[in-house]
Amino acid sequence: MIQTAVTIAIICLALSMLALVYRIIKGPTLPDRIVALDAVGVNIVGIVALICIKVDTTAYVEFILLFGILAFIGTVAFSKYLEKGVIIDHDRDR
Amino acid sequence: MKTSNVILQSMTKVLLFLIMIFSIYIFFAGHYTPGGGFVGGLLTSGAILLLLLAYDLQTVRNILPVNFLYMVAVGLVFAIGTGAGSLIFNKPFLTHAFGDLHVPILGELHLHTATLFDLGVYLVVVGVTMSIIQTIGGDDE
Repeated sequence: MIQTAVTIAIICLALSMLALVYRIIKGPTLPDRIVALDAVGVNIVGIVALICIKVDTTAYVEFILLFGILAFIGTVAFSKYLEKGVIIDHDRDR
Repeated sequence: MKTSNVILQSMTKVLLFLIMIFSIYIFFAGHYTPGGGFVGGLLTSGAILLLLLAYDLQTVRNILPVNFLYMVAVGLVFAIGTGAGSLIFNKPFLTHAFGDLHVPILGELHLHTATLFDLGVYLVVVGVTMSIIQTIGGDDE
């Protein structure tokens, strides 16, 4: 029972990732693509959690938190590049 | 327009400690669960990278007054030292030892010298990634 439910959920997340990939390719501006990439990261976390249930292991649990942190840092870096033109500025103007 | 990143800086103050604790956990959990020195080091440098993104290069240099190239050297010394330590006891290079040790506060601990080797890997990974990021990111003109 839980196996079929998990399979259906994985298929739904894969379809939503497909729609997000369409937005990444087609997206008219760069911020569209960044938001879509962030959402793809969240979907990957969800799929890994579901696969964790499906193969009945806890070995991938660390990956979920790790990937959440990495997706956050990547999105922050991209947004800072869009806003300021540099990712790491040398001296902060207070 | 002058931009202010108050939200990012406040979030960083909370998230930095969470990421550091997670990286230390993943470093020590490497023997029995997925993880180890490499991932822990990358996650620690991720935390410092978040600090670099929210603040700037000079502030991070003030917070962490560490030359990361020395950190690479210390990590390599740890790795070589745990390997060469077995030569003292007439064992082949990189033979590891383990045993139950009585530590005053923590009590009985099952310790293994592979952790020291892993600590070397951790220091090398943090040093290499941070020196790459600081060299590329910091344009001193």
